[in-house]
Amino acid sequence: MDFTDTPEEAAFRAEARSWLEANAPQAQPTGRLMSMEDPEAVKEQQDWQALKADAGWACLTWPEEYGGRGANAIQNVIWNQEESRFRTRVNIFSIGLGMLGPTIMTHGTEAQKARHLRPMLRGEEIWCQLFSEPGAGSDVAGLRTQCVPDGDDWVCNGQKIWTSGAHYSRWGALVARTDPDAVKHAGISYFILDMESPGIEIRPIQQIDGGAGFSEVFFNDVRIPGENLVGSINDGWRCAITTLMNERASLGTSVQGLGVEALIELARNTNWQDGTALDDPGVRRRLADFFIRSKGLQYTGYRSLTAISRGATPGPEGSIGKLVGAPLGQEMASFAVDLQEESGAVRGADAALEGAWQASYMGSPAMRLAGGTDEILRNIVAERVLGLPSEMRADKGMAFREIPTGSDR
Amino acid sequence: MNFDFSEDQKLLQQTARDYLAEHSSLDLMREVLESDATYSDTLWKRTAEMGWLGATIPEEHGGAGFGPLELALLAHEVGRALSPIPFSSSVYLATEALMLAGTPEQCARYLPRLASGELIGTFALSERPGRASTSHLETQFNGNQLTGTKFPVSDGQIAGLAIIVAREGESTSLVMVELDAPGVTCESLESLDPSRGLARLSFANAPAERLGEAGTGTRLADSLLDRAATLMAFEQIGGAERALEITREYCLDRYAFGRPIASFQALKHRLADLYVAIELARSNAYYAAWALDTGNAELGTAACAARAAASDAFELAGREIIQMHGGVGFTWEYDCHLFYRRAKLLSVALGSADLWREKLIQRLAA
Ligand SMILES: Cc1cc2nc3c(=O)[nH]c(=O)nc-3n(C[C@H](O)[C@H](O)[C@H](O)COP(=O)(O)OP(=O)(O)OC[C@H]3O[C@@H](n4cnc5c(N)ncnc54)[C@H](O)[C@@H]3O)c2cc1C
Repeated sequence: MDFTDTPEEAAFRAEARSWLEANAPQAQPTGRLMSMEDPEAVKEQQDWQALKADAGWACLTWPEEYGGRGANAIQNVIWNQEESRFRTRVNIFSIGLGMLGPTIMTHGTEAQKARHLRPMLRGEEIWCQLFSEPGAGSDVAGLRTQCVPDGDDWVCNGQKIWTSGAHYSRWGALVARTDPDAVKHAGISYFILDMESPGIEIRPIQQIDGGAGFSEVFFNDVRIPGENLVGSINDGWRCAITTLMNERASLGTSVQGLGVEALIELARNTNWQDGTALDDPGVRRRLADFFIRSKGLQYTGYRSLTAISRGATPGPEGSIGKLVGAPLGQEMASFAVDLQEESGAVRGADAALEGAWQASYMGSPAMRLAGGTDEILRNIVAERVLGLPSEMRADKGMAFREIPTGSDR
Repeated sequence: MNFDFSEDQKLLQQTARDYLAEHSSLDLMREVLESDATYSDTLWKRTAEMGWLGATIPEEHGGAGFGPLELALLAHEVGRALSPIPFSSSVYLATEALMLAGTPEQCARYLPRLASGELIGTFALSERPGRASTSHLETQFNGNQLTGTKFPVSDGQIAGLAIIVAREGESTSLVMVELDAPGVTCESLESLDPSRGLARLSFANAPAERLGEAGTGTRLADSLLDRAATLMAFEQIGGAERALEITREYCLDRYAFGRPIASFQALKHRLADLYVAIELARSNAYYAAWALDTGNAELGTAACAARAAASDAFELAGREIIQMHGGVGFTWEYDCHLFYRRAKLLSVALGSADLWREKLIQRLAA
């Protein structure tokens, strides 16, 4: 066991740091993530991404032939640690770079790779994930958006929902039904969709925290060229799995939100009768529990990183990251609001820390849903790590069009 | 970064696992539980022959000269097997105390006998129900004699040497007593886990000697307890992991409503939660072991986190193994209660999970 950088790692860190010091824009004001509805913010991120791409820092884990660095997992972590000292903004390229790019590398044609990977890497073209539908979220294979062949093209009709970043995305990865008579997983295909195609309508959805990072996307006779099919016809579920596996691996090995150190600071600075909240035994017990879970999560990340750096593929145990981190972030935010007692209900500029904890409280439910709900992640751990039986399925062996839905009730 | 044990260390662990599978089955634990004995002398001698009792003792004193990482893995295996031996008392506590604070002469006197298993050591802080404090002790040391009562003392009835936290004048010291000395009385207590003994030790002017400088008892005990807590966490995680394995097997085999009970989501999700609790505890324990091995100052907080997480995980495993077995889980005949007992015994042995959480915050807030 050794946490210190090896000489090679130290050299890599020094190289990353000196490049960042010379090139990174000034550090962002701490804490709050700037909203991505603001086109200025999107532009600023794109400029930074292009600058990184020119120097080979845009996406370290991608192979060099696609503009990456062919770096290992540890180097990637080192880079993220160093970059996070300069940038606090949410990463609008992560869906493409972390999930969709790798799917195209695995299942795409040479032409698709040549056309799409570089602009994706440079941030010139942002990508979104068109998977979930009103009737198909956890059970995403239950999707109903249809693509039917027409000459060399496909014609798409239907609706997606919860599409993060749809409004600033140039391309989308679309899963759609191409054979409704097959059983549900067998009749799905995976497409690259030009978001500027005629017939696409994007309607932003208002979130509970006031933001509108995701949208409904409607397809009305949208034409998709045949060359945009990824993998073979009706083999889209396999490609979708690649996307979802990469999603689980890229989401969270850390607590979502402000972190336990910030929470302890809040307790230290919060008046509590004659002292501070940090004197209260009940508060102390909760803080200790949050600390222990946060550290457990962080070190579990180190363990998988060690395994990955030795050549292991990231396994389903990676699901622990989000399964622990998302509810923990929510519990910590909720507790931080409680610590402020009656003032806890004040948000915005008059609130403690300009309402950072209230914002975290309102944003935290998303992490427990997006990218696989807590319940789905528990199923994954139970079935793929512990080898327990999979869920009993009421739709097993049925042709897709026969499967009951809520509207039959 | 390398956050894993080495191949050699893993090999040692596998050897220990195989050895205990043969010589320390759950039947052995049950045999001790059902007899008047409070440990298996046969297994104790075997572990001594394997070199485990002296794992971290330098070779010059008859030990194997390993570091804490190797010992941590042995502790994990002893935990998995629920071995009925005073491993924690003698190895993580008494032996570590001597290596932490003993003079060369004291080490030379006791370490070889601890390594060979001929001498069993233990440690005593608590004097009565409730949370003990090193600054409010009644047991008194006057420079060469000890007077007072310690209750309960783990493995006290089989130990020959006890490390005692005692008041010395206005402050606190660590003191060593040989338990066959005049003025020492030992009374066996009923234990929640009869495969590990508990005793009341009373001292009436019993001959004793100091371990470390006068007045350093609080600091030494804190430091000793951090080390022991880290090792104990591995033992607890081993037990929790085994309980999860047994529960999983049972849930796959047992049918109700025409399907394996392992297919009920209520149970699947709780098994997943148990797995996660164990893995988070394991990660915290790895970190504490790393801090212990490298002498990193973060040991103070890391040991607390490891210990509290491991206590919670093993106790959860102890409750779930019974619950998921249904009625048979509550029978003497099934092994579930062995885990339920051992989990609680180990949880309170170095102070409850809440005590370690409180220590953690004291250290973080300092
Ligand atoms: C902020 C945010 C961003 C998102 N971004 C995207 C995106 O970019 N692209 C995209 O395609 N999707 C996106 N999603 C959608 C997300 O993947 C789905 O919301 C999620 O998979 C849940 O699906 P659902 O909303 O249909 O809920 P449902 O699947 O209807 O779930 C409702 C409840 O039932 C539970 N449940 C469902 N099935 C089971 C089961 N088998 N066992 C036990 N419980 C079950 C769920 O856990 C949940 O509690 C986003 C969601 C959010 C909140």
